Amino acid sequence: MHDTNDRPLLSTRAAELFIAAFFIILFGITAWGSWELGAGWSEIGPAAGSFPFYTSMIIVVCSALIFLFGARNKEAAASTYVTAHQFKQVLKVLIPSAVYAGFIGVIGIYVSSIIFIAAFMMWLGKYHFIKAAIVSVGVSVTFFLLFEVWFHVPLPKGPVEAMLGLN
Amino acid sequence: MEELGLLFNGFAVVLTPTNFLLMLVGVTLGVLIGVLPGLGGANGIAILLPLTFSMSPTTAIIMLSCIYWGALFGGAMTSILFNIPGEPWSVATTFDGFPMAQKGNPGGALTTAFTSSFVGAIVAVILITFLSPIIAEFALSFGPPEFFSVYLLTFAAFVGMAKGAALKTIVSMMIGFTLAAVGLDTVTGQLRLTFGFTDLLKGFDFLIAVIGLFGIGEILLTMEEGLEFKGAKAKIDLRVVLHTWKQLPQFWATSVRACAVGCFMGIVPGGATPASFMSYGVAQRFSKTADKFGTGEMEGIVAPETAAHAAGTSALLPMLTLGVPGSPTAAVLLGGLLIWGLQPGPLLFLEQPDFVWGLIASMYLGNIVGLLVVLTCVPFFAAILRIPFSIIAPVIMVICAIGAFTVANSIFDIYMMIMFGFMGYLLRKLSYPLAPLVLALVLGNAAEDSFRQSMLLSSGDVSIFFSNYLVGGITGLSIVLLLIPMIQGALEMMRKPATA
Repeated sequence: MHDTNDRPLLSTRAAELFIAAFFIILFGITAWGSWELGAGWSEIGPAAGSFPFYTSMIIVVCSALIFLFGARNKEAAASTYVTAHQFKQVLKVLIPSAVYAGFIGVIGIYVSSIIFIAAFMMWLGKYHFIKAAIVSVGVSVTFFLLFEVWFHVPLPKGPVEAMLGLN
Repeated sequence: MEELGLLFNGFAVVLTPTNFLLMLVGVTLGVLIGVLPGLGGANGIAILLPLTFSMSPTTAIIMLSCIYWGALFGGAMTSILFNIPGEPWSVATTFDGFPMAQKGNPGGALTTAFTSSFVGAIVAVILITFLSPIIAEFALSFGPPEFFSVYLLTFAAFVGMAKGAALKTIVSMMIGFTLAAVGLDTVTGQLRLTFGFTDLLKGFDFLIAVIGLFGIGEILLTMEEGLEFKGAKAKIDLRVVLHTWKQLPQFWATSVRACAVGCFMGIVPGGATPASFMSYGVAQRFSKTADKFGTGEMEGIVAPETAAHAAGTSALLPMLTLGVPGSPTAAVLLGGLLIWGLQPGPLLFLEQPDFVWGLIASMYLGNIVGLLVVLTCVPFFAAILRIPFSIIAPVIMVICAIGAFTVANSIFDIYMMIMFGFMGYLLRKLSYPLAPLVLALVLGNAAEDSFRQSMLLSSGDVSIFFSNYLVGGITGLSIVLLLIPMIQGALEMMRKPATA
């Protein structure tokens, strides 16, 4: 951990304002979508859009209040929401996980898991290739037996399983 | 005592070899889930739910509820040995549990925690045994307005009892309701808020939200802290257990108070986490050795553990009798019931007595088995915690992905899970509570339906929610709860104008 990496990346106030603004926009859109659908009274009671319209509007109003209170909060401006080093640590898990999820649809969950676990161990844990391979293959095979063989719950499979005749 | 007869029938249901074996498996898996970071009662059960589809509902609920008891026990273990709460409700256990372990008595601290948990759970189960048939019978006469008022009370309780910002509780809850509305509207058949995306047609499943928010979110938070497990060596032998048990009865008053706090917070959906903090606070206020709290007092372990377990267990009472879960984990169990084709609520007691009483009997046995498992297997579970995070983290990620996929055989759900995970990480750091979001997502459609039916009954007149003493009383209480934070906020503003 280098000192330069531990500088604050985002203050709590900035994060607070950002999330509140995000909610105002997102749920402003859902409120509008519900309104389009009909948010009044119909012959079968409240129309389909009324409930989500009101829940969305409550979020917009509350988030606006959080935004206003947050903007005046000097304490939160001084406190750190996340440091650069912390955020880097988080991205180190988040990005590989997103890539892993993307791969599941293409090469199936078992092969993706082998690659994901092994890569994670070697990259972040500095494990030797052999150790990483043993653990990752072991875990995947265990899950294969557990789900496909014992509990008959089919999981996504890809070309490798097809080649091995395991589909 | 009709309940006792029914309860003994329940024991007969549970004590088949298969059910008993699955109970053991459930408790062991539960402790494991409670010990591992990123896996907890709610998402652990969500992930294992698909494995029970081929079982009978009774067997399935026995195994899943035993996972829950195990997870409740497991959370305490990491708190005491490693000063890392495995579950949010065991944070308060670290205050005195870890110092006591550091002072050279980890066995005593663990025994105190496990025994207190057990006491809390058993008291709550006794409460369930005798109170739930009464509530269920009472609830049989409920119509849509009554149900809506109960839902309203459930959510108002969150706002009124929340320690943090009420605004954030409301936002979190309303996000749950809005997400629940996405997809096909059950009343009109219209598509809602899908904005043309076919993947959104089936709506947001709360199980995905649970796995993402609690599972992935937790991993991201743990990763940020750069966590390393370093802790006391754990060993419990019979001598330590007996010695501890001899000391425990002197804290009976603390225990009684903790049970009361826990049961109350579990039934109104305050949940185990606030219950444990509240109970710790109450115990400290009443204690003769209050100044020693935080240095390894036994009483400081008894209070939060008893309350957390009492709350976690009694959260099942409203789930069984009214179909309103008192905690995210109870919500997941409720989701399970729906998948197995059972309708939770008052009719369950009439139509499925084997199921209900089997479940209640398994609560007694599950907790006894749980206590034995944790007392005997501490070194084994503690060893698992020594596996480095760089192995545990990706494996848990894989488990979460499998769990998310199996909910609806949809790969899109895995993407949603990761998105929920990142949201969970961001929101938790800003202290948005996540439990209201999950409960609203589960109950959204039921709450909305009861509201729309009520409105239809009254032709749009909201006074239907005050049309008799029962519904009027519940609605009135909800409004009072909703007003609490506003009054508090107003008082605070008057006291210190514009310093915020």
